[in-house]
Amino acid sequence: MSATVESVAPEQMVTADGTPLKVSLARARRRARNRALLLVAPLFLFIFITFFIPIFSMLFRSVENELVGDTLHRTVPLLQNWDESGDTIPGEEVFAALQQDFAEAQKTKSAGRPGRRLNYEKPGFSSLFRKTARKAQKLEPPYREAFIKISKDWGDVEYWRVLKRESGKYTKSYYLSALDFSYDSEGNVVKNPGKESIYIKLFWRTLWMSMLITVLCLVLAYPISYLLSTLPARTSNLLLILVLLPFWTSLLVRTSAWIAILQQEGVINDFLVFLGFLSDDGRLAMIHNQVGTIVAMVHVLLPFMVLPLYSVMKTIPPSYLRAARSLGANPFTAFVRVYVPNTVAGIGAGGILVFIIAIGYYITPALVGGQSGTLISNLIAYHLETSLNWGLAAALGAILLGGVLALYLLYDKIVGIDNMKLG
Amino acid sequence: MALPAHAGKIETIWYYTFRVLCGMIFFFLIAPIVIIIPLSFNSVPFFTFTSEMLSLDPAGYSLEWYKDFFTDLNWQGAVKNSFIIAIFSTLISTTLGTIAALGLSRSEMPAKTVVMGILISPMIVPLIISAAGMFFFYTNIGLASTHLGVILAHAALATPFVVIVVTATLVGFDQSLIRAAATLGASPVVTFFKVIVPLILPGVISGALFAFVTSFDEVVVVKFVGSYEQRTIPWAMFSGIREQISPTILAVATMLIILSASLLATLELLRRRNERLRGMSPG
Repeated sequence: MSATVESVAPEQMVTADGTPLKVSLARARRRARNRALLLVAPLFLFIFITFFIPIFSMLFRSVENELVGDTLHRTVPLLQNWDESGDTIPGEEVFAALQQDFAEAQKTKSAGRPGRRLNYEKPGFSSLFRKTARKAQKLEPPYREAFIKISKDWGDVEYWRVLKRESGKYTKSYYLSALDFSYDSEGNVVKNPGKESIYIKLFWRTLWMSMLITVLCLVLAYPISYLLSTLPARTSNLLLILVLLPFWTSLLVRTSAWIAILQQEGVINDFLVFLGFLSDDGRLAMIHNQVGTIVAMVHVLLPFMVLPLYSVMKTIPPSYLRAARSLGANPFTAFVRVYVPNTVAGIGAGGILVFIIAIGYYITPALVGGQSGTLISNLIAYHLETSLNWGLAAALGAILLGGVLALYLLYDKIVGIDNMKLG
Repeated sequence: MALPAHAGKIETIWYYTFRVLCGMIFFFLIAPIVIIIPLSFNSVPFFTFTSEMLSLDPAGYSLEWYKDFFTDLNWQGAVKNSFIIAIFSTLISTTLGTIAALGLSRSEMPAKTVVMGILISPMIVPLIISAAGMFFFYTNIGLASTHLGVILAHAALATPFVVIVVTATLVGFDQSLIRAAATLGASPVVTFFKVIVPLILPGVISGALFAFVTSFDEVVVVKFVGSYEQRTIPWAMFSGIREQISPTILAVATMLIILSASLLATLELLRRRNERLRGMSPG
């Protein structure tokens, strides 16, 4: 046997057309790899254009600040030489440039937007810009006095400090506002006083409510997943329908169901009044507050917890518990020390999934949350739709996105993204 | 898990308590959906049971809200838009997602986890963030307030579901069948349609159903990328709940419940067929 091995050894192996086998194999592998990549490429490109570029454009918008510099393109470069730490406003040449910029902005009707932009930093800018733009074309030198005559604000060094600070191509002011910081009159970054720190408060509320919802989902999902995994297949498949039907039912349907159930004239209140537990004018307020958001969201997210738990529990052999019992553990000890540790993977998967979905939730809190039950997403929507402060909406979104991505990586560590299963 | 014969008193009590507890949780899950159905036949414009309804008086019930749904142009437009948007975004996402899943499940695919992670990220990013980004970008390129814009946005949101479901189906797919087909003289195209497609079809259809439901049920992106012209059923329900609550919403909800129940049944049939094909259950 050793003789045959020796006789084959040293010669280089070649394929039929004479190329070395190694080279030929590498080429075949490369081709197979390229074929696999080619199959993924169309979707990759599609997702990149329709999804990633939009996300990047949002991230960009949270720091982008070209409006002021573009509109006041003569004034801004001159302002760089002005010392904002002093108490004097800029000199005549800056005002002359300002007059030209405003005259031009008035022609193109473009003074309103930078005014609104600066108004986020210091209320008053919006009306100041509108007023100035209307009169700019007719101003005569000396411009400095003429501007101050339009509005005293042009003589206020604070306005000039804000203008200089927010004239760059990029700004961090949206992130500062999103984290409840602002600039004081000297331009130092300071924390907003307690009453005005709405965003941090809302981030906290989003976090604790999501956490509470996750825990409640776990508490409710654990028993029924256990039951489903121990029942005979026929019965458990039937009961599983009770989990899957809500899962597949439109979110709006479930939310409107909760409105019908929880509202003042709703099913629960009517029932309690009918039974005499409540007087007709003592009806409980269970909706348009945190209770409404929590109840409805637990209902909406419960299937996301049951399904991963159930799939993990199904794989735990019942003999484990019997073995623990036969070794002397009482039912409780056997359950806590043997069964529960085996389900940790399911708890982790379901928990993170529910938490990720909960912290970004928008629809249900918007409909049943009222004032106290809204989450950070609702505030993002508010800034997008109503206040039109898109930069701030983008900054809040970017912070939320950062949190979710961190959780996503954690999920990947615990469960593995390619182990994600549905239904 | 039947109660063992040797169970003591405490165990027996716990056994039944546990079952009652589980019954209550199942009730919590299903009751809100069931309760909608009778409420949608209400004869008065409220979201609540009237005393006529409770005493089963026929006068307490009516089909008024269904009639309202079928005659109201606002709702009919929403139905039309919902189907147009969901069908086209399902076609796009199922095609692209299936092809990508075929690539992803090849053993030669490099950096599989990273690519998979990127491809399914639209599912993970909160909808409000996707909606905000799409609102900014689609406005810039003129796709905002168009059907095409909403279709593309929904297709992006739905592809992760297709990728996940089809990849899961392909786990049980025997790659040597492709080589076997090739040695028997089939071209790659013939192999694809005669060998691969029949085997993965149940997975592709479930993926398509997931995609369809994702689009059909989505409202945040429609709200920001679309406008009234692109209103879908959830959009109409959302603004209906916010502005004037009418039981028409409950009539729509009832019909949607029937739709999702039939979807669920279809999926279950597909799952059984898939298991049978793979020989995993005699079923």
